Amino acid sequence: MSTKPSAHPSANQGVNLLELKGVHTHIGAYHILHGVDLAVPRGQLTMLLGRNGAGKTTTLRTIMGLWQASQGSLHFDGRDISKMHTPHIAGLDIAYVPENMGIFSDLSVKENMLLAARKASRVAQIDEQRLQWIFGLFPAVQKFWNHPAGKLSGGQKQMLAVSRAIVEPRKLLIIDEPSKGLAPVMINNMIDAFAQLKASGVTILLVEQNINFAKRLGDTVAVMDDGRVVHAGSMAELAEDEALQRSLLGLAL
Amino acid sequence: MNFDFNFKDLDWKPLALVPLLALLALPLVGSGSTWLTLTVAGLAMGMIVFIIASGLTLVFGLMDVLNFGHGVFIALGAFVATSVLGSMTDWTQSAELWRNLVAVFPAMLVAMAVAGALGLAFERFIVRPVYGQHLKQILITMGGMIIGEEIIKVIWGPQQIPLPLPEGMRGAWLWGDAAIERYRVVAVGVGLLVFGVLAYTLNRTKIGLLIRAGVQDREMVESLGYRIRRLFVGVFVVGSALAGLGGVMWGLYQQNVVPQMGAQVNVLIFIVIIIGGLGSTGGALIGALLVGLMANYTGFLLPKLALFSNIALMVAVLLWRPQGVYPVTNR
Repeated sequence: MSTKPSAHPSANQGVNLLELKGVHTHIGAYHILHGVDLAVPRGQLTMLLGRNGAGKTTTLRTIMGLWQASQGSLHFDGRDISKMHTPHIAGLDIAYVPENMGIFSDLSVKENMLLAARKASRVAQIDEQRLQWIFGLFPAVQKFWNHPAGKLSGGQKQMLAVSRAIVEPRKLLIIDEPSKGLAPVMINNMIDAFAQLKASGVTILLVEQNINFAKRLGDTVAVMDDGRVVHAGSMAELAEDEALQRSLLGLAL
Repeated sequence: MNFDFNFKDLDWKPLALVPLLALLALPLVGSGSTWLTLTVAGLAMGMIVFIIASGLTLVFGLMDVLNFGHGVFIALGAFVATSVLGSMTDWTQSAELWRNLVAVFPAMLVAMAVAGALGLAFERFIVRPVYGQHLKQILITMGGMIIGEEIIKVIWGPQQIPLPLPEGMRGAWLWGDAAIERYRVVAVGVGLLVFGVLAYTLNRTKIGLLIRAGVQDREMVESLGYRIRRLFVGVFVVGSALAGLGGVMWGLYQQNVVPQMGAQVNVLIFIVIIIGGLGSTGGALIGALLVGLMANYTGFLLPKLALFSNIALMVAVLLWRPQGVYPVTNR
């Protein structure tokens, strides 16, 4: 195992780093979120599960300010973020990987990484130790360093998207389906990466469809259905209770 | 377009269009010396149009804003130049080129500053209220241009004002039978300089990287923690200043200025950025050179079809690549 990333100092304000209470979100005429309550405890990995269309992605986009909540409160690290714009929210040290990965395909892999490193104005200013750690986790990022990101395969793009999110220390990582399109060996690397990040004190919120991925990583879990969180608790509890899994997650998993 | 390429990835076909068009015109024009004169004139015009169009294509690419009022910055720049150069006749009438340049350089700087300042106000009061609404953008920016034109008429009067070339830039170098006007060479030089600075900024600086990324996916740039609106205001101001510079160059090229010149050039610019691929600076350069060459060749061969020829050129390019020669991905 290579170098671990440095831990991020976080203020001790409450157990939950992120807290949503009664969040409603409308997209045009559609009422998507119907009062979401979600707590993401500090230093833990929270899994957001649920079938397609349950509102997981909308929840993440609402947290990031990409869609405005029409009702309810969102607090991050003790601050109200419900009226903040996306760049400010991200500036509070939240890294977000959207469902479509948000790769800039006309830019090189290197340039994609430089963009994510807010503190660096040149590639040479990116923390070298951290970069080596990322290269160790996802060799493709190093291999295709100077190539246009648009030419990467789907799985490689996913690795680049996650690499971008971890190129600088952040308090919270929000990732929409990190395992999508990945080969099993790469899923293991991804799990390894998240485990190392978690050990260093980073809080992580993942949307996931892959229950095995979720079982291996999750500390806490929230299950969504129809724009609400219908179950919240520990992952271990859900992993053991197959009846509960069936009733909550149905055939989607 | 990404300038940070390795050559294997370079899409060379659009680049080849420029020499191809020039070579196609050679047998039609007939005389080699006339052809050379027209080609240099076309490249000079293309470079001036590129200076004007570069800002507009980035404004569209970055924020999806259709600014039909871009022409007002061109006219304003040109009129400011008439005032600045008019007050420096000692320098412009000198036969020494360096003294002419000393006069033209501040005229360009003042024109850019005034056009840039107007751009700042234009973005704040005209463009910002209509983000995301194309129809309103078209109507209100055209309205802004009309108001700008009227203000120019109030300040400088409605009539055409001469903008004579400084002495040292007049005349032509003779090369065989071909006459190459000095000013056209100056225009190509200034255009290359602007392209060089733009290409450097876009490809070698973090701000440029943010602009290129923002053109592709502005939401993701914001999600990475950058305030793209601020970036956009900067691009809008720089684009307006470049249009002001282009206005000075265009005025000197025509040797006179009219308040409506912005609206006249506007059509050409939109053809250029559509040919180039909306949001692509490299595409705008190729589009501008094609349009400049086409205008000069048809102006000589079939003068009545000059504007039509550029529209035909656009149609032909779009049939080949419906999103322009260098389509910006993710749009």
